[in-house]
Amino acid sequence: MYKYDSYDQQMVDTRVEEFRDQVERRIAGKLTEDQFKPLRLMNGLYLQLHAYMLRVAIPYGTLNGKQMRMLAHIARKYDRDYAHFTTRQNIQYNWIKLAETPDLLADLASVEMHAIQTSGNCIRNISSDQYAGAAADEVTDPRPYAELLRQWSSFHPEFSFLPRKFKFAVIASDEDRAAMRLHDIGIQIVRNGDGEIGARFYAGGGMGRTPMIAPLIRDFVPIGELVSYAEAILRVYNRYGRRDNKYKARIKILVHEMGAEEFIKEVEAEFTHLQGQNIDAPAAELERIIAHFEDPAFETGLSDEIDRSDPDFAIWLDQNVHAHKRPGYAIATISLKPVGGIPGDASSAQMDLMADLTEQYSFDECRVTHSQNIVLPHVRKADLYSLWQKLDEAGLASPNLDLISDIIACPGLDYCSLANARSIPVAQKIAKRFADIDRQKELGELKLKISGCINACGHHHAGHIGILGVDRKGTENYQLLLGGSGAEDVSLAKITGPGFTEDGIVDAIETVTDVYVAAREDGERFVDTYRRLGMDPFKEALYG
Amino acid sequence: MDNILRFRDDGASEEPAVTLDSFFDQSNATAVRLEDGEDARQLIPYLDRLAMIEIGFSAFGDGRGYSAARILREHGYTGELRAQGDVLVDQLAFMRRCGFDSFAPEKPINAADAKKALARWEEVYQNAADGRKPIWSKRHE
Amino acid sequence: MKILTGNDLKSGDVVWWTGYNWSRHVSDAIEVGDTVDQIIAREIAARTVNDCYTVDAERTDTGILPVHIKEKVRATGPTVRPDLKIAPPDPAAGNWVI
Repeated sequence: MYKYDSYDQQMVDTRVEEFRDQVERRIAGKLTEDQFKPLRLMNGLYLQLHAYMLRVAIPYGTLNGKQMRMLAHIARKYDRDYAHFTTRQNIQYNWIKLAETPDLLADLASVEMHAIQTSGNCIRNISSDQYAGAAADEVTDPRPYAELLRQWSSFHPEFSFLPRKFKFAVIASDEDRAAMRLHDIGIQIVRNGDGEIGARFYAGGGMGRTPMIAPLIRDFVPIGELVSYAEAILRVYNRYGRRDNKYKARIKILVHEMGAEEFIKEVEAEFTHLQGQNIDAPAAELERIIAHFEDPAFETGLSDEIDRSDPDFAIWLDQNVHAHKRPGYAIATISLKPVGGIPGDASSAQMDLMADLTEQYSFDECRVTHSQNIVLPHVRKADLYSLWQKLDEAGLASPNLDLISDIIACPGLDYCSLANARSIPVAQKIAKRFADIDRQKELGELKLKISGCINACGHHHAGHIGILGVDRKGTENYQLLLGGSGAEDVSLAKITGPGFTEDGIVDAIETVTDVYVAAREDGERFVDTYRRLGMDPFKEALYG
Repeated sequence: MDNILRFRDDGASEEPAVTLDSFFDQSNATAVRLEDGEDARQLIPYLDRLAMIEIGFSAFGDGRGYSAARILREHGYTGELRAQGDVLVDQLAFMRRCGFDSFAPEKPINAADAKKALARWEEVYQNAADGRKPIWSKRHE
Repeated sequence: MKILTGNDLKSGDVVWWTGYNWSRHVSDAIEVGDTVDQIIAREIAARTVNDCYTVDAERTDTGILPVHIKEKVRATGPTVRPDLKIAPPDPAAGNWVI
């Protein structure tokens, strides 16, 4: 994985000192809260429902053991012994003290981590495929391109006061594990007919109150011009994106209002101009970055045999383990969704354990997924059983990846000042209702996503089943949506009808899954049956 | 004019900046002011004879002026480029990178604070309008 | 009744105006009258708190609580982490939010 050189380290260290200075000025009264707010936000520090919340960037979701251990240390030293992995592959701490933040950031910087641009109207942390570098279906590892963009977007002088936040996702396979087309810019690294690497650009996707699927903007940008093409899009957005209404300020609205064709024309004109401006790093720089992502020293001649004699292990193996590009290896997912738990939360002890396992079993690399789980990308098949035993002992072996209890949930009203309703208790009740793992497996792949407000951090638009919490005259109410997907079969979920109470929504989930089980044809997932039948039978069962 | 921070060796333009509309009416003006969102590219044909372009920032969060500044520099403008309005000390470094070389903040900025803010970032990740060598270039020297 | 709340500048803790200072416990809050704007201006200037605003509250059997669910959660802590709850004034406080 990428390793900072002295330049990268200096940038992060400088930011720590700058923020230390800004915090001191705030506490001394030289900055008002109005002036300080955009500065702290640019550094991921929010004032949330209960306290300051700090969001730490995990670039393209990749961590090593030392970094994971530092995240545990921070939870213990500066917070209340736990933290929350987010739907953008980041981590959030809920109980941070302003005065301690500079020291916390200095601790992070000591392991090449930061909170730069994890909030604010700037280019946010860049997300990617959690199986990058391990998946059998990728054209190449997408992360070097994400890293190139990370450096370009860090402290970008022109794009630090955009109309609104801006999110990139970079993938390199046809299977989309990163909800790429639901980002402001989605990039798919592809190979053209001549075998050259390039970038396919999508722009103007997003969730939030106006969900949109990003249209294709350009089929192939030569890889050496990746950054200048991104710069062209950003410049068009910075100049023309709406600033009169924050709810219409995302690039998706600009692309939509301008029309993709006109938007592309503007971008192409800007791109032509920028090609003469020496924006792109030379090939040698990309090669330097790519070298950091070379395969670890995989052993050859390993057996693909796995002893499945322990039935509990076999269930986990079937559900949470994916094919690796190399024989004898597998990709293992650690579920942070135990039944009754808080989706995405991990205690410092669990993080410490995951750090150990990362070092011991996965060439010192792990990944955070947008589904709020942790991936060990390179595990020897022969080690899977002992890995599972250790996970099981720590309550981290829920065999529920992509099943109904593998719920994405935003923090909701329990933590978030924007929320209208709680998400976590709903997730817990649904997981309990469907706790029986045989029943979950019988239901098959079912992506359930819960947001506590219209901002859609819980990706409810992209759920096979989505739940949106709203405030109805002072009480929590939950709307049900069906038919979304954040994968390569991307689609936006549709609302079924009137909302439900907290218990009512749990019953409603059971109602729609019953309709599915009764109506499905061979091999159909929930979302396939919904697409074949449409909303009517589900509506009929729900509202009669 | 006490509040102006200037990073140029030449003398300041004496002429008041006119609006973009009056500039097009009054072809001999050498100083012009762009408001947020006015298209900097309209000035490209006249850059040779302009001594000062002022770009207004009605709110520090409105970043259109950063693009306007870079566009003007990328098209070869070498005269004074001034940021006026809601310009705060924590924005100065970015503004310098985009090509601004003078600042007329509404609320005065202490010169020592400005100096400190501008000296803070020794390295930069991108090529911009200030001619500084990006890290990716230094790595391969 | 209206009570006044904010976040402690340095710690970020949710705090409530008691009439002479700020408390972590909503049960210490007092009704604020016409002077609320003056209190806010003074306290912001003193750099003790951020984001001050008033919320509707009511007296319950065991003390003062905000009316709206969001402010209730804010006053008492995440409902999903009873171990992190701020000592509730009402022993039955667990019930009204779930």
